[in-house]
Amino acid sequence: MSDFLPSGIQLGYLVAASLFIVGLKQLGSPATARQGNVLAAIGMFIAIVGTLLEKQVVSYELITVGIIIGSIVGTIMAKTVAMTDMPQMVGLLNGFGGAASALVAVGEFWRYLSIPESPTPDATITILLGVLIGGITFTGSLVAFAKLQELLPGAPISFPLQQPFNALLAIALLAGSGYMVFHPEDVPVFLGLVAISNILGIMFVLPIGGGDMPVVVSLLNSYSGIAASVAGFILMNNMLIIAGALVGASGIILTQIMCKAMNRSISSVLFGAFGGGGGGAAAAGVAGGAIDKTVRSINLEESAMMLGYARSVVIIPGYGMAVAQAQHAVRELADGLEKMGVDVKYAIHPVAGRMPGHMNVLLAEANVPYPQLYDMDDINPQFEETDVALVIGANDVVNPAARHDTASPIYGMPILEVDKAKHTIVIKRGMSAGFSGVDNELFYKDKTMMLFGSAKDVVAKLVAEVKQL
Amino acid sequence: MTNDQLPITNYQLPIVMAEGLIAGLVVFTLASFVGFEVINKVPPTLHTPLMSGSNAISGIAVLGAILISGQGSVTVTSILGTIAIALATINVVAGFLVTDRMLQMFKKKEVKA
Repeated sequence: MSDFLPSGIQLGYLVAASLFIVGLKQLGSPATARQGNVLAAIGMFIAIVGTLLEKQVVSYELITVGIIIGSIVGTIMAKTVAMTDMPQMVGLLNGFGGAASALVAVGEFWRYLSIPESPTPDATITILLGVLIGGITFTGSLVAFAKLQELLPGAPISFPLQQPFNALLAIALLAGSGYMVFHPEDVPVFLGLVAISNILGIMFVLPIGGGDMPVVVSLLNSYSGIAASVAGFILMNNMLIIAGALVGASGIILTQIMCKAMNRSISSVLFGAFGGGGGGAAAAGVAGGAIDKTVRSINLEESAMMLGYARSVVIIPGYGMAVAQAQHAVRELADGLEKMGVDVKYAIHPVAGRMPGHMNVLLAEANVPYPQLYDMDDINPQFEETDVALVIGANDVVNPAARHDTASPIYGMPILEVDKAKHTIVIKRGMSAGFSGVDNELFYKDKTMMLFGSAKDVVAKLVAEVKQL
Repeated sequence: MTNDQLPITNYQLPIVMAEGLIAGLVVFTLASFVGFEVINKVPPTLHTPLMSGSNAISGIAVLGAILISGQGSVTVTSILGTIAIALATINVVAGFLVTDRMLQMFKKKEVKA
C-alpha cells in the first residue's frame, strides 16, 4: 500500500493536469465552454484529493477549517456578484491566488527555521521568487480591485520621485536577495523582502489608468499562475508547476490580445504615463478645440423614429452601459426594433469595458444570443451599409482620430468605424472625455447626433417611444 | 581518505539540487507551450469566462498550502498554510462557480421565457 500510494497520487496528478488542458481547450469554444469548466473543476478536485493523501500530510484539522471557510466565502461571492462587477471579482480572486502562493513560500521559509537543515541556495532563490511574484500579484490585484470598485480614483496616480523610489526598491530587493543566498535564515532581512515585494505590487498598478485595466487584469491573471508555478518549484510538485504554467500562458495571451486592441506595447502600459502626460496634452486640445466645434443634440422622439424606421441598426456598447446597468434596457430596445423589422447587431470592441470580454458577458446576462454580437473585424466593413450606429457609453473605441491624427495619444488603435454609418446616435451623460483623456471628434461630425442622459434612463425611454411608433 | 571525500560531497550537493530545479524547468516550459497552443484562438465572447476559469485553476496553490499546513504540529508554517488554504479555496470555488454562472447565460438562440 505504502509503495502503491505515491505512484497512485502521481497518476492522479497526471489525470488532473490532462483535465486542465482539455478543459482550457474546451473553454475556447462557446459550444463546449461550460463542459470545459466542469472538466477543469473535476481536475482540481482530483488534484486536491491526491494531495490530501500525500504521506507528509498527517493532520487534517487546520486543512478542514481552511477549506470550509474558503468554500463558504467563495460560494457566496460567486452567487452574489453582479455581472457588471466581474472585473473587480476576477481582480480580487487573482490577488487571493497570489497571496496563497506567497504564503506557501513564507511558510516554507519558516519550516526551514524550525529544522536543523538550512535551505540550499536553490531553495532560497525559489522561496524569494515565490514571495516576490506572489506579493506583487496580491497587492497589485488589491489596487486594481480598489480602482475598479472606485475606492481609488481611476486616473493614474503618481507622486514626485516615483521612478527613483521604485529603482531604490528594486535595488534593495536585489541586494537583500543576494544577502539571503549566503545567510539563508536571516529573519529580519526576509521580512524586509516580503514588505518590498508587497510595496512593489502597489507601485506597479497605482500609475496605471482605469482604461488600461483590461491589460492589467490579464497580466495579473498570468502572474497568479506563475506564482503558483513557483510554489511548485519550492515544494518540488509538478502539479503546481503545470497548472501554474497553463494559467500563466493563458494570461499572457489575453494580455497580448488586449495590447493589440489598444495598439500599445505592454511596456508602454506598464511604464508609460499615457493617462498622465498624454492626458495633459489632450486636455489642452479640448480647451482649444471645443469653442469652434458644435455638437448636434437630438431628442428622444426623433431618435426613436430614426431607429424604428431604419433598416439596420448596430449597437455599440461601452463601459457607460455597464456602469448604468443598462444591458437589460438595451436588449428591450433591440427587441422592440426587431419587431418593427429592423436588423439589429451589436459591435463589440475587444477592450470595451474593464476586462476582456466584459460586454459579451453583460449582454449574455441580458439574454442576447451571442451570434448577434460581432467582433471588430467582422463588423467594420458593414458600417457603410448601416443606417444608424447607436453608441451607448463607448468613447475612445469609436474615436476616428485614432485613424488619422498622429498627434493623438490613441493614434493607431483599431476602432469601430461608426463614423462610416449613415447616421450615428451617441448616448452619453455629458461631453467629458474618455478614459484616455482624449476629446472625441466623432461627436462633432455632421452625421452624429448626441442624446444626452444616463444610459439606462435614456434607453428605457427609447423603448417606450419605439413602442408608440 | 575521509578528508578527501568531505569537500567533494559539499561541492556536489548544489549540483544535485540544481537537477531537481532543471527537471521543474523542463515541466514548466513544456506546460507553457501547451498552454499557448491550447488557448491561442479564443473568441472575444469567451475572454471573461476563460479568465475566470483559468483564475480558478491558479487556485492550484491550495495544493502547496495543504502540503505545508498538514505536517502535524501547529507552527507558524501550518498557520500560514491554513490562511493560504482558505484564500486559494475561495479562488477555486468562486472561480469555477462564477464561470459556470456566466457560461450558462451564453446562448446561441433566444430562449422564449
